[in-house]
Amino acid sequence: MSFFDEKNLANAKEILARYPRAKSAILPLAHLAQDQNGWLSPEAMEQIAELTGETAANVLGTCSFYTMLKRRPCGKLVVSVCTNVTCLVTGGPEVLDHLEERFASEPEVTVEEVECLAACDGAPALQVNYEFHERVSPSSAVEIVEGYKSGARKARTVSGATVA
Amino acid sequence: MTTTEPEATEVPKTTVTVTVDGVTFEAEPGELLIKAAQEHGIYIPRFCWHERMEPVGMCRMCLVEIEGGRGYPPACTTPVTDGMVAHSRSDAVKQIQDGMLEFLLINHPLDCPVCDRGGECPLQDQTLAFGPGESRFVEEKRHFPKPIPLSELVLLDRERCIQCARCIRFADEIAGDALIDFIDRGERMQVLNFEEQPFDSYFSGNTVQICPVGALTASQYRFRARPWDLSTVETSCTTCSVQCRGAVQSSSNRLVRLLAVDSEPVNHGWLCDKGRYGLEWVHSGNRLLEPQIRDGGARREVSWPDALDRAADVIEKAKELHGAGSIAVLGGARGTNEDAYVWSALAKGVIGTDHVDAQLGDGLPADFVLGMKRAEIADLDRASAIVVLDQDLRDAVPVLFLRIRRAILELGVPLVDLAPVAHGLSAHAAVVARRVPGEPVGASVHDEITRVGEGRAGPVVVVIGRGNVAASADSVVGAAAELAGVHDVLFLSALRRGNVHGALDAGLAPGFLPGRTTLDAARAWFTDWWGAVPAETGLDAGGILRAAADGKIRVLVLLGADPVSDFPDATIARRAIDAVDTIITVDGFESESTQRAGVFLPCTMWGEKAGTVTNLEGRVQRVGRKVAPEGTAMDDWRIAAELALRLGSDLDLATVDEVTDQIARVAPAFAGVTSGMVKNARDGVVVPLSAHLDEIVIRTRDLSIMADDGSGTSWDPIKVEGEPPAQVPDASSVSAHVDAPALHEWDGRALHPEAPARDAYALRLVVGRALYDDGRLVSETPLLQRLVRDLQLRIHPSDLARIGVDSGGQVKVTSTRGSQIVAVRSDAGVPAGIACMDFSADALGAALLVDSGQPVVDLRVESLR
Amino acid sequence: MPEVSVESGAAETRIVTKRLRDRPDDSWSIDGALASGAYDVLRAVLAKGDAADVQEQVKLSGLRGRGGAGFPTAQKWSFLPPDSFPRYLVVNADEGEPSTFKDRMLLERDPHQLVEGIAIASYSVRCNLAYVYVRGEFALGYERLTRAIADAQALGLLGRDILGSGFDCDIVLHRGAGAYICGEETALLESLEGERGMPRIRPPFPAIEGLYAKPTVVNNVETLSTVPHIMQMGGAEYAKLGVNRSTGTRIFSVSGHVNQPGNYEVELGMTFRDLLYGLAGGVRENRKIKFFIPGGASSQWLTGSDEHLDAPLDMDYVQQTFGVMLGSGAVMVFDETVDPVLVAWRLAKFFAHESCGKCTPCREGTGWIEKVLYRMSHGLGRPEDLDLLVDVGGNISPGVVNAPFVQTTICPLGPSAVSCIASLNKFFRDEVLERLRDDAGVRA
Ligand SMILES: Cc1cc2nc3c(=O)[nH]c(=O)nc-3n(C[C@H](O)[C@H](O)[C@H](O)COP(=O)(O)O)c2cc1C
Ligand code: SF4
Ligand code: FES
Repeated sequence: MSFFDEKNLANAKEILARYPRAKSAILPLAHLAQDQNGWLSPEAMEQIAELTGETAANVLGTCSFYTMLKRRPCGKLVVSVCTNVTCLVTGGPEVLDHLEERFASEPEVTVEEVECLAACDGAPALQVNYEFHERVSPSSAVEIVEGYKSGARKARTVSGATVA
Repeated sequence: MTTTEPEATEVPKTTVTVTVDGVTFEAEPGELLIKAAQEHGIYIPRFCWHERMEPVGMCRMCLVEIEGGRGYPPACTTPVTDGMVAHSRSDAVKQIQDGMLEFLLINHPLDCPVCDRGGECPLQDQTLAFGPGESRFVEEKRHFPKPIPLSELVLLDRERCIQCARCIRFADEIAGDALIDFIDRGERMQVLNFEEQPFDSYFSGNTVQICPVGALTASQYRFRARPWDLSTVETSCTTCSVQCRGAVQSSSNRLVRLLAVDSEPVNHGWLCDKGRYGLEWVHSGNRLLEPQIRDGGARREVSWPDALDRAADVIEKAKELHGAGSIAVLGGARGTNEDAYVWSALAKGVIGTDHVDAQLGDGLPADFVLGMKRAEIADLDRASAIVVLDQDLRDAVPVLFLRIRRAILELGVPLVDLAPVAHGLSAHAAVVARRVPGEPVGASVHDEITRVGEGRAGPVVVVIGRGNVAASADSVVGAAAELAGVHDVLFLSALRRGNVHGALDAGLAPGFLPGRTTLDAARAWFTDWWGAVPAETGLDAGGILRAAADGKIRVLVLLGADPVSDFPDATIARRAIDAVDTIITVDGFESESTQRAGVFLPCTMWGEKAGTVTNLEGRVQRVGRKVAPEGTAMDDWRIAAELALRLGSDLDLATVDEVTDQIARVAPAFAGVTSGMVKNARDGVVVPLSAHLDEIVIRTRDLSIMADDGSGTSWDPIKVEGEPPAQVPDASSVSAHVDAPALHEWDGRALHPEAPARDAYALRLVVGRALYDDGRLVSETPLLQRLVRDLQLRIHPSDLARIGVDSGGQVKVTSTRGSQIVAVRSDAGVPAGIACMDFSADALGAALLVDSGQPVVDLRVESLR
Repeated sequence: MPEVSVESGAAETRIVTKRLRDRPDDSWSIDGALASGAYDVLRAVLAKGDAADVQEQVKLSGLRGRGGAGFPTAQKWSFLPPDSFPRYLVVNADEGEPSTFKDRMLLERDPHQLVEGIAIASYSVRCNLAYVYVRGEFALGYERLTRAIADAQALGLLGRDILGSGFDCDIVLHRGAGAYICGEETALLESLEGERGMPRIRPPFPAIEGLYAKPTVVNNVETLSTVPHIMQMGGAEYAKLGVNRSTGTRIFSVSGHVNQPGNYEVELGMTFRDLLYGLAGGVRENRKIKFFIPGGASSQWLTGSDEHLDAPLDMDYVQQTFGVMLGSGAVMVFDETVDPVLVAWRLAKFFAHESCGKCTPCREGTGWIEKVLYRMSHGLGRPEDLDLLVDVGGNISPGVVNAPFVQTTICPLGPSAVSCIASLNKFFRDEVLERLRDDAGVRA
């Protein structure tokens, strides 16, 4: 029973071919899994283990190191709000609190606090599925997210890939 | 601190001069500073470093100051260089050590009073030795749910873990079972297995021993005892023939724990879980503890004198009525060398029968085993190539498997894999040639062996056992002869039974007498010592059982042997057991084979008896007596001596050391291997001693278990009995007496049996032993019992398709012996045309399919539809 | 000759940022790039066919790594063992140092400049396969670079037998997945190999045993983006820009309480004052600078004092004089409304969150520091806390309070967490102690 669909299984083979050591493919395959499934499930990790010839424990060991890989189901929209120092002194935390409160009851939207997004000239900054939004305010941030929810804005996958 | 210059010498020196904390010494270039220092009595504190694994420099406990260098490099990753001057106790370094311990302790639960490691914990000790006083950490500690099981055998307490990665590295690097890893990162980093996949490794117990804190605990030992009420004796594990060095510990006359001791030539500080945890059977409630005899119907307990009289009486009568040849002795591979020798003397010298065999048809002919050119385990490391003939080394001789794995992966020795099916080493093989049981090795494989060995000195080491009991021993010897004919080979035995090599050396085999001599060559010599020896060569186990089945053997003595469960051909074994007049059993347990016994003599078991044992490379080491025997159990050798006395000859042996010393005197291969010698040689001695004198290391100090494997208490290591130093003997004192018979040599000839051609539909059977089998040790150790895997027939997917069943389904298998229904599983590691199965004697077992009269067993496999 | 755009008194010197400033609408597309001279240098270099000359020019240019460590680039290349193949060039595009946002700009807005730089560098060090490790969060940058590589390949500017020169060069993109430590070169290599991003023990150094245990050069995006310009100007000419051993230009990411935050490419040697006031427009509402962090979160701090503001952007000068670094070129400005303890706490929180956990002092120490600073910045401090921090910090990098310091850790992340403590103690000790006493008083 394959976790990856046919298309992605083909992608996976192509990804594996990029590296002299199959284990290198773990991160790209994990991203691929999230593009397909919205999060990194145990089934996904087991198939990645199979494809790379590693143990599932090693795949988990690698994947659990990285914050972009979600080992619990999360919303279709992942809103990442920076609160590192520049955003800290320009209103980042307020944006975070407001969004968390606003979307607390919406499983489709996962709001998370993240470290510096390299957008400090546009602080406070956030990302929605890794799309940048700068100089946001609590209210504008909510509008942005609503925009994605309504489909007015086209969202990337939870791993940041453009949806064709 | 003054720098001591390396003194000038005219010969260019091969060592480097190093000074640590003012002590100057010579060390091997490239040796790690932490190890070089340790070897010269300077203990640099450490947690993550382990002598037998790659250094990782993670815990930062071993940071030192090196004059002329910048910063504080870890001693565990820094190679020594000539003129290096290092400090591990300078004020700056002390400050760092204090700091490091403080860091390790801020999140540590400090629950030592309820921790299994309390009292033998490196963290605890080093805190006392190096650590700061009261804690300045007023924040909330890190919390994890208390211990979670990583497997049936190992529990993990993540709050105690100090993230040294020893367990993870062991599982991956040494055992090749990367089933645990770190997950998450930073402060939240923790050791874990994947979801529902447990840390099932035959070697998992080693992680508990090398864990420098109480994070990993053994479900068996948990809360069983505290270090300070344990007493310890050094010993060898006899669960299999590797005979790993260990230290067995008891508390109130119960064996509670076996720890590995790091023996360079043998086990490198490792044990398998079967050996480590298989002590429980010694105290099993099912043990028979008093002698019994049968009058008419039931068996009843009697006094030892009565039981011995009865046994002697049975033997005497049989001898009178039917001759000595009507008496046979099976077994003896479970005891000590002393047990085996005295039984040999009793059977061959006193009773006069040569129908004696320590192997149960699942080994190799004594003619080959006793006469082959032997390799030592260490020869694997310098081999030009290692040839593996069978699949089940990890199951049969687990720690030998680790040594081979290391030779391949760490030392780059090429592996030639000739096993009939894939196994734990196949992935690392330089050459894989799946040999169909019964068929020759073949010229092309010989070329491959030569090719991979190109440019490598050293012999071809052939690891040879009986990994497949469904193919005749002759076919194995045939392959051996073929290989020996072409290459410069040494053979490393992989026969698994605990002390089978000691038993064969002691003469428990037809046609042989103690010390690797043949009946014919040594007749005169042993007649002088024993008064008599059998007239002609007797039968081996297979022969004995057939003769018994035909009524030619009337009295069968079983020395801890259970032919019905262990002989590959259960049909024959059952018939034999049912046919004989009387069975005399020397054992700890009742078994299928002993239920009819007329006399049952309870013997002592491992841990209850002292003596010597011989491992698969011919290394003689001591086993220790740690607890008093249960009930009135008696040592096997003493039982034999008592019987001899009743049969009219006084062997005049009062203590086990006297037996050892008599063996040293009379058994040519054992010349010089006296009790004193064995006690004083740190790593035991390899026989014949005259050929291995230079390898002897005389024990100079009490050997400390924990410190030597790097895992343990640095300051006050657990001590085990040490012996006063002795002198290394000289060649003259150890070479056999001038007119002693010569040692037997295998002539290299073999009758290669013609295996019948396989018909297209038949699958050729391969039967190996799983580590956790249905043997007595496992069945009497509930913890291990749970790990026995269910019986399955493993075949190649294509065969599965042809037969038309799904993996997991049931099939009917038929051999010349009969039919049965078994579960089948698809396994790409099994070549097409082969069927693979674990050995088992139960109703669905392979033993009912095997016909020991045939060179190979072919199966017809049909779907039930 | 590099163009000079004059805003106020101070001026940018746009070399690496020229194309993306000149062509804001299509600088990243193959057409926009070709229209502004992209790949001309590569063409010329391959035509000349003198790999050693490239290394020579880079040597003459005095170029030092722009990733943070400031190691001389040509020297790093020269460490590769002469004849050991395969070998790899690994491009560090993991930009995660807080308040650094120059590499992201270069990826998103001038990917072809980077591709050209990679090709030239690979040619010089005789490597045929380069991996670019792109920070996982940079979705757009990843897409644009992917596209740029495809376009270049289509025109024969990458791949087999480039421009008929016989030189092959392929570029493989590898996305990170959220771990600052993977910017550290050996952690990056581990991550690229599919491992947990934990730094390696050195030696061996990457040049000897790097990716897949093969000789490897790791270079930053800006460093490699500079290489084509060095080849165009000539190393000696490039070296005329800058001061002392800090030659050429660097992109400084200015952020915080300035009126015009942004990336400014300036000639090294310019003063902080010109950068912050001349180019970044000074502090909002004409407030005073309380302190600023000159080289990314890992650096120690400077204050708004004239001594500090008039210091030149010279890597060695600021290191020797003030024990701070230009690091990744991020300059974070904080006006007097800011609580330095709060900033210190947030930085500590960052390092604790990003610690890989491999070595004890960082794994345990950063967490400890964060917890203490949290209390201190949230009214729960104790008078003894500052000295406790200094002492604990000293166990991570002994002597940090009186540099030069050494580390007890494997990599510099742990010590980075101590920089803020050293700075608090150096510049704000009295203020902090007074505040801690007050808090304790209030609670009592
Ligand atoms: C914790 C840590 C994080 C780092 N992050 C980055 C980074 O994001 N980008 C980068 O180019 N270099 C980073 N570095 C520096 C790299 O280790 C390495 O020195 C640099 O990439 C070499 O390229 P260069 O010589 O061109 O500067 C980091 C170093 C450390 C210790
Ligand atoms: S200093 Fe921190 S980040 Fe660096 S290796 Fe140690 S634990 Fe990992
Ligand atoms: S760092 Fe050397 S023992 Fe752990």
